[in-house]
Amino acid sequence: MPSSFQKKSPSFRSANLQSRTADAGGTVAADALQRRLFLKLMLAGAGSLAWPYRLGHAQTKETVLRVGMTLSDIPLTTGQADGGAEGVRLINRSLYDALLSWDLSRADRPSGLIPNLAESWSVDDTQKVWRFKLRRGVKYHDGSLFTAHDVVWNFDKLIKPEAPQYDRSQARNAANWLVMVSGARAVDDFTLEITTKEPAGTLLYDLVNICMSSPRQWEKLGRDWKKFAFEPSGTGPWKLASLVPRNRAELVRNSEYWNKKQIPQTNRMVLRPMPDATTRVAALLSGQVDFVEALPPDAVPQVKASGMQVYTNVYPHIWPYMLNHMPDSPFKDIRIRKAANLAIDRDKLVKLLRGLAVPAKGMVIPDHPWFGKPTFNIKYDPDAARKLLAEAGYGPKNPVKVKFLMSTAGSGQMQPLSMNEFIQENMRDVGIDVSLESMDWEALRSRRMAGAHSPLNKGIHGINYSLTIQYPIFGIVGQTFHGKNRVAGYNWGNFADPDADELAAKSLREFDIDAQNKRIGELHAYLVDQAIWIFVVHDMNPLGLASHLKGFVQAQSWFQDLTRIRIE
Amino acid sequence: MLWYTLRRIAYILPILVGVSIVCFSFVHLAPGDPMTAVMPDFASPELIAQIKGAYGFDRPLPIQYFRWLGAVLSGDLGMSTRTARPVLDELLPAVLNTAQLAVAGVVISLVLGIGLGVWAAYTRRLAADRAITSAAIVGVSVPPYWVGMVLVAIFAVTLGLLPAMGMAPPDNGGFGLDDVRFMVLPALTLAMIPTGIIARSVRATVMDVRKQEFVQTLYANGLSRRRIFLHVIKNAAPSVLAIMGLQVAQLLGGSILVETVFAWPGTGYLLNNAIATRDLPLLQGTILVLAIFFVMMNFLVDLAQPFLDPRIKRQ
Repeated sequence: MPSSFQKKSPSFRSANLQSRTADAGGTVAADALQRRLFLKLMLAGAGSLAWPYRLGHAQTKETVLRVGMTLSDIPLTTGQADGGAEGVRLINRSLYDALLSWDLSRADRPSGLIPNLAESWSVDDTQKVWRFKLRRGVKYHDGSLFTAHDVVWNFDKLIKPEAPQYDRSQARNAANWLVMVSGARAVDDFTLEITTKEPAGTLLYDLVNICMSSPRQWEKLGRDWKKFAFEPSGTGPWKLASLVPRNRAELVRNSEYWNKKQIPQTNRMVLRPMPDATTRVAALLSGQVDFVEALPPDAVPQVKASGMQVYTNVYPHIWPYMLNHMPDSPFKDIRIRKAANLAIDRDKLVKLLRGLAVPAKGMVIPDHPWFGKPTFNIKYDPDAARKLLAEAGYGPKNPVKVKFLMSTAGSGQMQPLSMNEFIQENMRDVGIDVSLESMDWEALRSRRMAGAHSPLNKGIHGINYSLTIQYPIFGIVGQTFHGKNRVAGYNWGNFADPDADELAAKSLREFDIDAQNKRIGELHAYLVDQAIWIFVVHDMNPLGLASHLKGFVQAQSWFQDLTRIRIE
Repeated sequence: MLWYTLRRIAYILPILVGVSIVCFSFVHLAPGDPMTAVMPDFASPELIAQIKGAYGFDRPLPIQYFRWLGAVLSGDLGMSTRTARPVLDELLPAVLNTAQLAVAGVVISLVLGIGLGVWAAYTRRLAADRAITSAAIVGVSVPPYWVGMVLVAIFAVTLGLLPAMGMAPPDNGGFGLDDVRFMVLPALTLAMIPTGIIARSVRATVMDVRKQEFVQTLYANGLSRRRIFLHVIKNAAPSVLAIMGLQVAQLLGGSILVETVFAWPGTGYLLNNAIATRDLPLLQGTILVLAIFFVMMNFLVDLAQPFLDPRIKRQ
């Protein structure tokens, strides 16, 4: 069989044969004939191993979508995945359904909420009791029927430690989405009531993440969540066929999925953890996977040159510096906050990132319904920055000295080292002397959770921490919570402003989506005008797809619909 | 021999206790709270307290250590904070995966290392020796991470001959050719450093033995070169064995870099995950098992030494 090994073999063999004559203190007796035979056997073995890999895999009839994940393990498969947005994207949304979902059908607008297992909903006059009409005829993978009682069972799984189905791991993963929920009740088989602790206009955004596991399957497996993880049953478009932790998960099409438009176009989907970006690129280029997440910018030209597809789109992501607003921080002064925002040449930074970012004008892009109408125009204007600093009493001979925390890598952090060094130079040009303290992602996360007021963060004036703005509370409203209302990690710098508090409260008491978007826009505009952070760029979420994949639409979202991908 | 064995066991016990203390305490020195790595931002204080209590992180460190040690002695390495699976369940498949790779790496490094080392020793200062010595230095010096990427770029991306990463699908009916294909590139990468080290030490030892008087005597007595060669190898074996033991133990311990580059779900990959996610029970359990394994490998090498060199037994 022809192979590169065989082509090179003559020179390799002659080198071996020639070497036997060289001997200083006597030679190792060797028979040239035997050696030739040995080499032939070796080469035959190597040749059989080197049978072209792509050829071997091109012969399968079944259509298989192979995905290279950035996570190092398959996320939890019991219903509430870990692994952040990627866990939700690839496991929750594949195996399960929630009451609501994201509309991921369009690439040209931010994805909004749509009905899913719940067909409609309303809120009563107290604004604390929500009533949902559930979809009929939905079946779990085990064949049992989905009802309102199952939703109650799933909520108890997450919020009632005394319930037999309570699962600590799932409760932990879902904790973000259950802050406002006090309980759930089945009015009848297909009518559900959810009660909140206080009026919560943003509840629907929380419910999109609460997935429905099958109570019957859990009972059948001896009430054991560990077994359930290997034989899960949800109502989602894919069923789990096999799971090898840290290695692979194989999902097969759920042909009886209730939403006929979202029955997967491929027979099977294989998820492979590949935390190393170079490995993912190599796997895509070698044809071992068809779809990879988070392409590194440096690899994009090579991926394009090899005929693969590179998708990019804006999504609700921001790469900022959260600033310290405590009394002893220079950033207490709005002039310095604004000067720092005007000091960054974002267009050059985007070039550095090979165009895989968008300059930020706020937490969200100007087309987003939450952008509002800020008056502070975030742009590169070093003269204006110097003027503001001079007004605040600083200048080239008396620079503002600040210290920022950054990570060496991490979820959504893009290229933190080169980006931070670039910005450090920009800041120095206008009179802000930035020193950087780098650490790994989890250490940075700990420092963010602790807040600027913590002794851990003494002497730190900003933290470079990328964030999702997919949810109103996470992205915008939560940034105003302070004092006893502060939530770990949000409002890192303890920004406290009565006007912002009022706008945030109005957002939470608005139950109509359009009106709520307007309120959140007003709050966002106010936060931009206050230059609450240094807003830098939004990531473009580069994805690599093999040339034979068709039908993918990259939504402006942290989540994507892989069911519509087909293989041609 | 019994006294020798008992003495070796007596050396091991304090080492194991030290290893357990180091494994437990060092992971707590890393910055970052182990709970923040797994808790979402909006987790209630009650949930955080409940989960901290469940893992025993709410106790003082010395108490945590003795509780952990007690559990370890009864075979329980605890539960992973990230996956909530028993550490042992996480560790065993990883050890088996690393063992597959390590066996391939051991075979490659022993065959190549010994073969090239002996060849170099018998061709001292000639072209073959210089080539082998240079290659061995390169093998030891070049980062395996880089070598792995180059091999992938050539054999997987450019030529498309071998898979770039991962293990073969588990449903292909036992260990077969497909498994070997997935193993070739990571095993070659893994074997680079040990091959270089073994080749250099074999070369030095064999050359040293060949200079000894008894070899000249054997030549003078007219023994065949093949017989003399066997005597040389036998006398070189004890010191080479000690180095090989260390290298084999290191291979079986897994390589974080190589396993990460090839997404090979072994112990190195597991350790990398555990470090990145601050999964302390998993980190402690994995380091402990690997350290014990390393100590036991050295113990076995120590036991094997007297059989190859009776002088050690007499000492």
